[in-house]
Amino acid sequence: MTSAGTPLLEARNCSLRFGGIAALTDVSLRIDAGELVGLIGPNGAGKTSLFNILTGVYRPTEGEILLEGRPVTGLAPHRINRLGVARTFQNIRLFGSLDVRMNVRTSFIARLRGGLLEVVRRGKTFRSEEREIQEEGRRLLSYFGLEEASILPSRSLPYGDQRRLEIVRALATRPRLLLLDEPAAGMNPTEKEELKQLIARIRAEFGTAILLVEHDMKVVMGICERLVVLDRGAMLATGTPAEVRADPKVIAAYLGEEHGEEES
Amino acid sequence: MFHSSKALIRNPRLALATGIGVAVLLQLGGGWIDPYTTQVVLFAAINVILAVSLNLVMGETGQFSLCHAAFMAVGAYTSALLTGKALPTLLPHLSWTGSSWASQVFFLPVLVIGGFVAALAGFIVGGPSLRLRGDYLAMVTLGFGEIIRVLLQNANFVGGARGMEGILPATNLFWAVGFAVLTVYTMIALVRSTYGRGFQAVRDDEIAAAAMGIDTTRVKVTAFVIGAFFAGVAGGLYAHAVEFISPEGFNFLRSFEIIVMVILGGLGRPVGVAIAAILITLLNEWLRDLSQYRMVVYALIIILFMILRPAETLRPLFSRVLPGRKPAAS
Repeated sequence: MTSAGTPLLEARNCSLRFGGIAALTDVSLRIDAGELVGLIGPNGAGKTSLFNILTGVYRPTEGEILLEGRPVTGLAPHRINRLGVARTFQNIRLFGSLDVRMNVRTSFIARLRGGLLEVVRRGKTFRSEEREIQEEGRRLLSYFGLEEASILPSRSLPYGDQRRLEIVRALATRPRLLLLDEPAAGMNPTEKEELKQLIARIRAEFGTAILLVEHDMKVVMGICERLVVLDRGAMLATGTPAEVRADPKVIAAYLGEEHGEEES
Repeated sequence: MFHSSKALIRNPRLALATGIGVAVLLQLGGGWIDPYTTQVVLFAAINVILAVSLNLVMGETGQFSLCHAAFMAVGAYTSALLTGKALPTLLPHLSWTGSSWASQVFFLPVLVIGGFVAALAGFIVGGPSLRLRGDYLAMVTLGFGEIIRVLLQNANFVGGARGMEGILPATNLFWAVGFAVLTVYTMIALVRSTYGRGFQAVRDDEIAAAAMGIDTTRVKVTAFVIGAFFAGVAGGLYAHAVEFISPEGFNFLRSFEIIVMVILGGLGRPVGVAIAAILITLLNEWLRDLSQYRMVVYALIIILFMILRPAETLRPLFSRVLPGRKPAAS
């Protein structure tokens, strides 16, 4: 994008090892403000591992991660979220005992100004804050078509809505970068179409940069400006969807060695 | 109507005012209540404080703590030292009997200090150990409870294993019922807020909570410290109600009894837990006559309770009357 200067997020030569197993080897990644980047690769390529080091779940064994030029390597997940990176999970992780609105409201906790006593006293700051949070939560839910469901237990939602709620909850933390881990997994074609529209709306309305892990090529190729391909923990290729599609290494990784050689 | 939140925000306050009113009335007009009944009500109130405060840790935040009685002990010994030694030494010209105005006036700060010292103990155990999960946390808290008990047993200035006797009988219906109401109010007010949803978020999914910007360790330590504070206050009330405390009174079994109340009341439901605390107090009294068979019958009844889950069965009835955790709509 235009900002040739500091990228929004940058991973420099990151590696992640668990004992003798290398989940990631020397991966570098750069995401600019407002960009939509797709992260693809076969199963076990290290996509979720990359997410986990970007969001502080794991600390990279080597390398560093910069958020707007500031090192955030090894910060706790909640600190990284507060700096503007939110995520969803491959296996949906909603707060099961809370209803839909409360799930969204938890995202505002980090920004609360009133302390414990203020809450117990039901003071002025508390009341105005609760009003604002309720209002913003309701706005977000209605913007993404979940208002009707707001008092339902989050577990009772249909699968596609649960995924959507997870995205809304992540957005409520007002991120500048949103990491979506296989949001289309388990969705039917209609839901996938809706998801594509949802992503487009998020970018239009909130200007959030998005890093999208997805298996469904139709979804990824259709909406991403740039793709990053991982294979066996290492960067395989990067470029526009068209470039990546034509890359012999990518074809080899996806379709098997021999086929790739034939193609090249 | 369907924005029940507004009504809910006011409800606990109303409950608080009513409760404290009742406490005052009980104290002023309760002369007709016989000493035995008074004693049972005091125990019930103290158990309510203990159970509802442990519920914040176990029920709302999902952290298994086995040392609630130890925090109670810290509060009990601290406050007993204050009323028994510190205050009479500092202010010798005042009269220090249970109902003297001096002991009644100073009782509030004494209880609060006892609570704070217990909270400090909670911070010291909770800080490092709440990074642990499940079984490990249970083991650390179990160990801490034993450490407190053994320390007290060997501390001669608080009577060692013999304990402390002749504690000022300053606890009365006003303080006990008043604090019970205050505790229940605080817990409900806390949980019914955006802030309080953090406890439940941590219980439901720690990883997701952290990814939403919630400092999960801080949330857990906060729950632990608040729980310990109220346990400390309950300890102070207990010490000044029975006039005698010993390390054995705060052993693992005592902690376990509080856990039973929390589970019986339905984890994470302050009102249900308070009711369970009252029921178990009464049960203890009814079974007193059975002497050596008491614990057998007690255990059987608890098992029966656990199977029948009266908290679950009766909830629809209560939720109509009480501002408990309402069914989703209206």
